[in-house]
This record gives sequence, C-alpha cells and structure tokens, in this order.
Amino acid sequence: MKWKDYTCLPPQFRDQRVFDGCGISGLLNVDGERISGQKVVDMLCILSERENGLGAGYAGYGIYPKYKDYYALHFLFDHQQCKDRVMEYLERGGYIIHSEAIPTKIPAHVDFPPITWRVFYEPRKMKSISPNEEVVQMVMEINSKFEGAFVMSSGKNMGVFKGNGWSHEIAEFYNLKEYKGYMWLAHSRFPTNTPGWWGGAHPFNLLGTSVVHNGEITSYGTNMRYLESFGYKCTLKTDTEVIAYLFDLLIRKHKIPLSIATTALAPPLFSEIEQMEHKYQYVLKNLRATYRSAMLNGPFSIVVGISDPIPTMIGLSDRKKLRPLVAGISEDENTIYLSSEEASFRRLMLDSINGFKFKEIWHPKSGTAVIARVGDGLLKKGLEKPFENVNLSIMGGATI
Amino acid sequence: MSSLTHKIPSYFKVKIDQDLCKKCKRCTTHCSYGVLSFNGEKIVSDDDKCVACNRCVAMCPGKAIRIIENDSYLPPHGNYTRRIRNIIWRQSGDGGVLLSATGNDRPIRVIFDDLLLDACQVTNPSIDPLRETIETKIFFGRKPQKLEFNYNIETPDDISLKTDFSPNFEIDMPIMIGHMSLGSISYNAVMAIYQAVKELNILAGSGEGGLHKDFYEYGPNIITEIASGRFGVDINYLQNAAGIEIKIGQGAKPGHGGHLPGEKVNSLISQTRMIPKGSDALSPYPHHDIYSIEDLAQLIAALKEATRYKVPIGVKIAAVHNSAPIAVGIARGGADFISIDGFRGGTGAAPRIIRDHAGIPIELAIAAVDERLRQENLRDQITLVAGGSVRYSADLIKAIALGADVCMVGMPVLIAMGCRVCQQCFRGLCSWGIATQQEYLVRRLDIDVARNRIINLFHSWNEELKEVLGAMGIDSVESLRSNRDRLRYIGPNPRIAEILGVKHAGE
Repeated sequence: MKWKDYTCLPPQFRDQRVFDGCGISGLLNVDGERISGQKVVDMLCILSERENGLGAGYAGYGIYPKYKDYYALHFLFDHQQCKDRVMEYLERGGYIIHSEAIPTKIPAHVDFPPITWRVFYEPRKMKSISPNEEVVQMVMEINSKFEGAFVMSSGKNMGVFKGNGWSHEIAEFYNLKEYKGYMWLAHSRFPTNTPGWWGGAHPFNLLGTSVVHNGEITSYGTNMRYLESFGYKCTLKTDTEVIAYLFDLLIRKHKIPLSIATTALAPPLFSEIEQMEHKYQYVLKNLRATYRSAMLNGPFSIVVGISDPIPTMIGLSDRKKLRPLVAGISEDENTIYLSSEEASFRRLMLDSINGFKFKEIWHPKSGTAVIARVGDGLLKKGLEKPFENVNLSIMGGATI
Repeated sequence: MSSLTHKIPSYFKVKIDQDLCKKCKRCTTHCSYGVLSFNGEKIVSDDDKCVACNRCVAMCPGKAIRIIENDSYLPPHGNYTRRIRNIIWRQSGDGGVLLSATGNDRPIRVIFDDLLLDACQVTNPSIDPLRETIETKIFFGRKPQKLEFNYNIETPDDISLKTDFSPNFEIDMPIMIGHMSLGSISYNAVMAIYQAVKELNILAGSGEGGLHKDFYEYGPNIITEIASGRFGVDINYLQNAAGIEIKIGQGAKPGHGGHLPGEKVNSLISQTRMIPKGSDALSPYPHHDIYSIEDLAQLIAALKEATRYKVPIGVKIAAVHNSAPIAVGIARGGADFISIDGFRGGTGAAPRIIRDHAGIPIELAIAAVDERLRQENLRDQITLVAGGSVRYSADLIKAIALGADVCMVGMPVLIAMGCRVCQQCFRGLCSWGIATQQEYLVRRLDIDVARNRIINLFHSWNEELKEVLGAMGIDSVESLRSNRDRLRYIGPNPRIAEILGVKHAGE
C-alpha cells in the first residue's frame, strides 16, 4: 500500500484526469439480510488481472443499523489539525451524534498513516433547503475547500472504505469481514496516468448513491459542464465522479424513475427508436433531447448502489458494450450479483462448504440496466427491450 | 471624380493567348462586367473592370484566357498597403461609404485553425463509423430543464410522463444553411438550396426577403426571418416555416440593417418582398418596435401566438463584445433558439468599414455565450446556432466542441454552386448566376447541378464529422457539444485558450 496522498493527488498530477482500467463487483441481498463484506472481497480479489495495486475500495450498505437515521460521514484526514477544522465546521452546521475512528490495521513501519474517521451526523434544520441538500453542500465544501480532508461517503446506514493499494490490502486494512451489509459494491483499479491517491479510489459516493466504474467517459467535458450548471463541482477530475452526480441529479433532484434514468444515460439509437410504437418514440426522443448532455459516451460498465427510498443495485454498460458486465442470481434467488467477469462467480462457487450455486448467470445487453431492489428482487435483468413490461402513458398533449 | 492621374491601378490582368483564341467571342457574352470585347480583329480586355470571376476562363473553348495578378509594381509599403491605398483612392474619387460583399477579407488569424482535435488510444477504443452507428441527429428548439413523471416507487413499471414540450424540429445533421434572401441571391440559387435541405433533412434560412410562393412546399425545412424591414412578412410567411428567426444583427454588419439596391428589385423580388418594383429595400438599423429587451420578448410572444406555438422562435445577433449577456436576455425573453453570427460572416452588401472592423470572432462568442448560459442554467434548454465563417467540416466540429448545437453555413454553399469569391455580390452582376437578379445571368445556374453539389458537400461534411467522432470514441454528436475537453489550443496567445476554456496542446 502507498502510505501517502490521502486527501488529494500529488501537486504535479492535480490537473490531470484519472484514466484507468478496472475490476468491479457488487451484490445485493433481496431480503435485506446483512452478510459479511468478505464475500464481495472474494469476488473482487480474484480479478487481479484488472488491478495493479494503485487503488481499491468498497461500499457497504446496512452496516450501521444502530445509527441508521443519521448521515454516516466517512473521512480521510492528513493530520489532526485538518480533522479539528472539519469537526468545528460540522458542529456549526448541525449535531455530531457520534464520532469515532474507523478501525484499521496500520502496519508497524508506517510513520504517517491517514486518519480514518466516521461521524454520525444530523444537519441543523433549515427552512429553505432539505437536510439532503445541506449535506451535499457540506460535502462539496469540505472536498473543495478544506485542505487535508476528504469525505469518502455521506449516506445513511452505509459507508465507503477505500485507499491506495491492492484490493486485498484495502480489505484487510479496514477489516471488512467484520462489517455486515445487505448490499456491497467493490472496485479495483489499473490507473494509467497518475500514481493514484486514497480519495481518488472508487467507490465514489454522494449521500446514498455510490458508483464503481470501469471505463473512460469520452463525453466527460459535456457531462461535467452540464452538471456544473446545476451547481455540482467536479473537483476530483474523474469520470466516475460525473456518473455519481448524474445519478444524483436524475434520481434525487429530478425524481425520474430509475429505469428511465438509466435509459437517459445510455439511450437506444435513433434507428432503433424510429422502429418503435409512436408513444415510445415520443418519450424516448424527448428523453434524449432533454437529457442530451447527460448521455454517457465511451466505454463503461458501472455498478451503482442507491439507498433511498428503497435500497437498489444497478448495473449498466455503455450502449456498445465496450466494457464487460456479467450478472448472476443465487440458487435460492435471494442474492443478485454483478461483476466485470464471471470469474467472480466461479470464485464464490469454490466455497463448497455451504454448497453455493447460481441459479443463472447471464450477460446483460449493452445500454440496458440490471436493476435489483431489496424486497422486490430482480426488477430488470438487463435483457429487456426499452419499456418492455412497462405500463407507459403520456399526460401532455404536444407531439414531437 | 476620376481622371487619368487618379486612375486606380487594376488588381488583375486578362491574358489572351492570340494563338489559341478562336475568336468565337463567347467570352464577350459571358463577361457580365464588360471587360472583354471584340475590336473587329481580336478580343481585347479592359482590365480595370476585371474582378477575376473566372467566368471567361471557364467558358473559353480554346483555353486561351488566363487571369493574372497585375504585376505592374506599386511602391511597396508595409503599412500603406495596396488595399489601404485603394480604399483612399476610391473614396477620394467617389466620396461615399464603400460597399463590399461576402465576409471580412482581412488576414486576421483564424482561431479555428489554432485548435486541434483529440483521438482515442488504448485506454478507450475508437469507433469505426463504417461498422458502427454514429448519430448526428439533433433536435432544434427549446427543451424542458427536466422531465416530470408520475409514478409510485412501489410499482416502478407504471410510469406516466407529465411534461409538456415546446416544439422541436428534428434534423439529420447539425447544419443549417444561413439566411441568404431571394434578392441577395437568385431564384435558382435559392431553389437549389431549398431542394438540397429538404433532401438532407436539415434547415435553411429564408433571409429577410420573404418567401416566394414557389418555395412554400419547402417550408418544413425553412427558418423564415423577421428583419427590421419586415419585407415579405405576412401570415403565410409565418405559418409556412419550420421556425422563425428575429434578425437583430448579422455578423458582416453588426448594428446595420439590410441593403438591397433598387436595381435588383425586379417583379419577382417586388412580389416576394411586397415592395414596389425598382425601390431600394433598405431595412432600418434597429427594429423600430424593439428598443430594449422587453420589446423583443413581446415580439417573441406575438410570433408564438401567431404560429399557435407550433414552431420554435429564435433570435439572431451578431457576435459583438457583449454577446453573452445579450444572449442570456434573449433566452430569458422566451426565445427557443439563439443564433450568433461571427465577424467573418457573409453578406450580399455591407459597408466595408463595418464588414472589416466590427464584431468579434465566432469562436470566442460561442465560448462566452455557452459559458454564460450555463452559469444561468439556461444552456441546455436553448438551441445555440453559430455561424460566421464555418468554412469546412473542421470548423463545424470545433464550433460544436466549443458549445454550438448547430452551425450556419453560407459561403461554402455558394462556393459549392460555383461562386469564385470575387466579392462583387452587391453589384448584381454575378456572372455565375448566383448573386444576381438578371434573367440572362440567373439562367446560367443549373438548379439540379447546384442542388446535387450542395447535397454532396454536406454529405461529406457529415461523414467527416462521423470520422472524427469515431476517432474520439463518441457515437453521438450530442456528446461532442461543449466537450471542450477534446480540444487543444496551439496558437500564439494562451489568453485565447483561457477564454475558450480549452487547454494548451500538451497539457
């Protein structure tokens, strides 16, 4: 592991965007049963061809049942002073319910390890903005203005654990097998142009939304400038940050149904749209026109976790499927799995102790989302045509 | 007054190879500027009148004619160039405002030429446009800021779309042929343009000359123009269009109205513009019902009312120093699209002083307007049209990457039809039948040939756009728009890169 560059890139790399190849994995327990983080660690670590020891991370949902009503803020600090300044800032804006170190195993030879800290937090009630918005603004403020401090995650009853090292090192450092969650996302990386930094590893998170991403967004400039219009500050210089904010914008702010939002990000081609029923054409063309700057171009596959209002896991690849994504469902149908490669599933099947088997493993279609939700199970397999099984109606009168 | 002592040395000389000349006199009928004549023995030329339009060269069956630069040497001076001396001689001879045509011809550095495009290597794959779909369709008009749906989180598959939409027009390429009126160019040229845009499913501007009845069938691909003279404006003109543009300004002559000399107003033009034959069609400098932004908003509202909210209404301004706040005002005033015309934009007739010295480059205007609209969170609702010397597909691609939705293209269309850029459009003597109303000249422009050449031109632009998108790993032109990340600057002035929001090459 690299015991430096915790909260920002080294200065000579700061203006660069991070490009990388990656391994991604995710799982969701449909019954909301909490399982150890070890499972997702196993799924990820087998994909060692996809990493080079320069960054890995995990997101666990349902890990803090005791404080589930408070925003769980996960921090990285360079020094005690940085932490003190942030704590002071937090106290001004709300109530610190509980504050403690995130337990880690720091090797004996390390002189300056990062301070890993978590705070369970309630923002002071405001008349003009919602608590969610308040927390978003605080996170943006801390990440852009507080030197030596970085917010890894800010959702309720969830947390992100990440750093600069191999996937197995990060898992051991945070002792992930001790956490239990109903949904886990994981990511390992192979960066090409920077040595990496702790905060720059995936997952990227904002409130309950976390994203792990493999790929390179060729529409970055368009997406970034679109998001900036809505007040997002893209300070991290990564494609993944942009994807996390797009999900936040479309789902939390614009309240677009999830299956429509994923369609906006990776829409069908016009040549496909033009063969559909008029109603679908109308909706899809307006969707593409309205969200033309939100469309993600270039190779990507992503796994996204959302905690509100119902915990949901989403898998999506670009509309040409230039990055891999495989899905699976366990034999008892209570767990949905996503990964860059089928090797992750094979790895789980090696755990013969409990006789683990998959009911089905499949390859989702390009640009088509896999959506699984606690309570409902698999809503979309990622094999559907646009609007298949959707009861769609139109209230407006205009025609395009 | 011009006397022998004050005769302006001609720019060109017509060289006739008397050995090759068949004395068929064809050149004398084709020259519309009165340069060539037959003196009973051979063809002779009055070089002072020659504009180098090259009609005689193309038409000579013996290939006997060459036009060369006048090599008679003027005393050299780096500051009082030949161009400056010519202007002074002309003005001291005629004592008036000098007219000119086409766009600014000063050799000012073109910013487009200082921009380089990105391409994919290793970390992301490029896309082969011959094997994969690359989309260049765009929607022209206002978009909502967000879509609203009625649905219940418990039953995610019951979805109802609530949003009402403004009219949008779907075009297959991010290209619009700029406003060139019947009057500034000929009936045949206009017909060729309209037939081409219909075939290509792109847009063309009508200019401020009204819409002749013959062109109504092309209405679904025409943006009609409301200029300060209101020439040719009636309810049919408004309702027979894909969109309406209020013309505040034009890149070639910001702050000016239209100039169509009475000689060009024959019965065809008179009918279309709804003005008496032979009268000058000089549209006022400002709209006399628009003296401020709220007046403009009222006109936009009135036009929307008149067209029953069925077509997008936009506003065209010249790229001037203050374009960005003006554009924001226009967007707030209810316009569905904003067109900006850069200082190199073309014209059929404009005072030379304005054409050559007023306005700013379109590259900077796009960057400033796009950025400012974003700061106000208006950008994505508006269609931004940019023009003012988009010369070829490279300029189109760079303009889109800087922030334009669509590019207006004028000169390349004329050049495709046969224009040699002699810059005499305001004289109405165009020997190629493009910028003239004289029947015997107009007949020279074959509509079918001209139409096909325009279609070929834009097909090739669109293919080149796809090639570049593919190399960038982008499969839809929407993901290129405002994607300044994919541009780099290589010119001499880093301040320009800063204003454009583009990094320097190597960064």
